[in-house]
Amino acid sequence: MDIAVLQFPGSNCDQDAFQLFSRGLRLPTRYVWHKDTRLGGADLVVLPGGFSYGDYLRCGAIARFSPVMGAVLEYARKGGLVLGICNGFQILCEAGLLPGALIRNSSLEFRCMTCELSVEDAGPAFNPGALGDRIRLPIGHGEGNYRIDEAGRARLEANRQVLLRYRENPNGSLEGIAGVRNEGGNVFGMMPHPDRAFERFHPSRDGLSVARAVLAARFPDLIRQSA
Amino acid sequence: MKIKVYVTPKRNVLDPQGAAVGHALESLGLSGLKGSRVGKVVELDVEGADSPQFRAQLDKLCRDLLSNPVIEDYHYEIAGA
Repeated sequence: MDIAVLQFPGSNCDQDAFQLFSRGLRLPTRYVWHKDTRLGGADLVVLPGGFSYGDYLRCGAIARFSPVMGAVLEYARKGGLVLGICNGFQILCEAGLLPGALIRNSSLEFRCMTCELSVEDAGPAFNPGALGDRIRLPIGHGEGNYRIDEAGRARLEANRQVLLRYRENPNGSLEGIAGVRNEGGNVFGMMPHPDRAFERFHPSRDGLSVARAVLAARFPDLIRQSA
Repeated sequence: MKIKVYVTPKRNVLDPQGAAVGHALESLGLSGLKGSRVGKVVELDVEGADSPQFRAQLDKLCRDLLSNPVIEDYHYEIAGA
């Protein structure tokens, strides 16, 4: 197993994501700098939260053209597993690896709180049976208001691409959408932070089951062992 | 040539910033306000002359980087060669 956590200038949850996989799930984890153009033999690529490139222009708009993103696009096209958390989700949407876009919270406030989320049935690994109906994860963002046009929303629902919905909408997201996957089921993005929910002193430890669910899509045996 | 690229939220996309600015304008006494949208202007100064090829390149850059076509529209003005 080889987990690659990307680091962009302005990423600030790269260490949290690293700890989630290395200490939380006890999996070999390493950093990949945004200037690297190769991902090596990564089994999962994680785009962490933060404020890549200062959120200039739009959140994720500049990171999406970082040298490493060419390799991520290629890797995802071949079916490689990708997880984007918060700013990582914004980057994946900007890069076109996930549908939709994230705009300013409807309240215009930066929202930093723990949210209760409904788990949607998004496939064999990511569903209420595997994760429980409701989980609790922290959020911390100013631009997490998920938007997609009507045709796109219909496709998301028809293909069961919605992963998580807020029980109480903190940011104005369409249909309370908090996380989605791509049609192929190998690219995952979410505004809530599983990387801030795995230590005993965190608000919950549901981040562990979310991280396992993402990996279980590809590595069911390994996840059964570590569970 | 001097280029101004205007990036605005799509008409059918919620614009929380525009709404907040609209409320502030009303509280300052503006009456009859029917809409307010907040976008951005990107000013470029580029050597060379305007041409269909250049515009094709500029359109691509506007779609790829300067705007996000999921939520934003853009248009530009080109002045002086």
